[in-house]
Amino acid sequence: MFDAILNGLSGLGAGFVNMHWSNPVMIAVGCLLLYLGIKKDVEPLLLVPIGFGAILVNIPLAGLMAEGGFLKTIYNMGVANELFPLLIFIGIGAMTDFGPLLENPKIFLLGAAGQFGIFLTIGLALFFDFTKLDAVAIGVIGACDGPTAIYVTAKFAPHLLGAVSVAAYSYMSLVPVIQPPIMRLLTTEKERLINMDSDAPPASKTAKIVFPILITIVGGFIAPKGLPLLGTIMLGNLMKESGVVSRLTKASENEITNVVTLLLGISIGATMDGPLFLKPQTLLILAFGFLAICLDTVCGVLFAKLMNMMTGGKINPLIGAAGISAYPMAARVVQKEGQKYNKFNFLLMHAVGANTGGQVGSVMAAAIMLSVLQGLGLIP
Amino acid sequence: MNNWEFGVTMIIVGMGGTLAVLALFAVFMVLLKKIFPFREENAK
Repeated sequence: MFDAILNGLSGLGAGFVNMHWSNPVMIAVGCLLLYLGIKKDVEPLLLVPIGFGAILVNIPLAGLMAEGGFLKTIYNMGVANELFPLLIFIGIGAMTDFGPLLENPKIFLLGAAGQFGIFLTIGLALFFDFTKLDAVAIGVIGACDGPTAIYVTAKFAPHLLGAVSVAAYSYMSLVPVIQPPIMRLLTTEKERLINMDSDAPPASKTAKIVFPILITIVGGFIAPKGLPLLGTIMLGNLMKESGVVSRLTKASENEITNVVTLLLGISIGATMDGPLFLKPQTLLILAFGFLAICLDTVCGVLFAKLMNMMTGGKINPLIGAAGISAYPMAARVVQKEGQKYNKFNFLLMHAVGANTGGQVGSVMAAAIMLSVLQGLGLIP
Repeated sequence: MNNWEFGVTMIIVGMGGTLAVLALFAVFMVLLKKIFPFREENAK
């Protein structure tokens, strides 16, 4: 009888007995993410569920990520099969206005230059002996686009999903801190003062409706492996611009995106299991992610300087920094920096154009990357 | 394929491909604006 009571009592507090040293560390990391989300307002929609997921998965013996566990079920339901990022993309498409980009199509090129950091980081990660697919997952942090990073990583390097997702979302929210010093370093005061005219005629409604259809078809044929990413963002945008399915547009922007963000966040947090997450490799991934975003900014600003030279001084190189996908933070940073030097300079619309170009650019960069991997026979 | 070859391939094809595709999209946008101009639609 006494033995039975002792055995029964041993079940209580079993979590403490079976704790790995990394579990309390990761619980602290989870609490830090919660603090950043709740108190500092850093991407709270994502960091709160991610932080809580990290706490849940680091409590031993709960089996939440064991087969049949509730977090594992959510993970299998939408992350392992890439469904959640794609549903979020429909919402992003529904919230994006490509109007400023259509008004000034040449700034689309800045959306390409803003992705160069992805590919340069892949090269660097390979130099540090990461495997090819791991390097691709690390490089994609430079897309500055959470769903794209999750889509690529969940498919080809699922063991890095926690580190890559946390890096992607954290650095996205740090764009206002990371970019300005680089922008100032690479531009002269004279360049920062350039006033950009906005006398281009606006795009017609028909052009805005045809745009997502055309881009989907052409982009899909060029890089078929990325069609799920491109197709979903363009579907969302088509629904918005057509104006005939406002119920679906609103549902995509709000209910669907909100529910999926919650499920996505908590399942990403659940990949942050201490023994798997706390490795020197994770620190390297965070460092490479930071570098990728810095390189994106450098390439974007340098490319804008080149465009400025080619157009005879009509492009303010600051808008090159908005060629990344972090929307609309990067555009706001450009506007703020521009006004520091010339308070009558309104770069916002041009920066928003480059920023939406960066959104399409990040999706196309991932699509091209996947298609190249397929072409090289590295993925089926 | 070793890591060096893969890295160089990714950098060249990735950066070049992204730039080329977005340049193509920009051309399409110019054409779209020419085919469906704003004023014409307003007049309708």
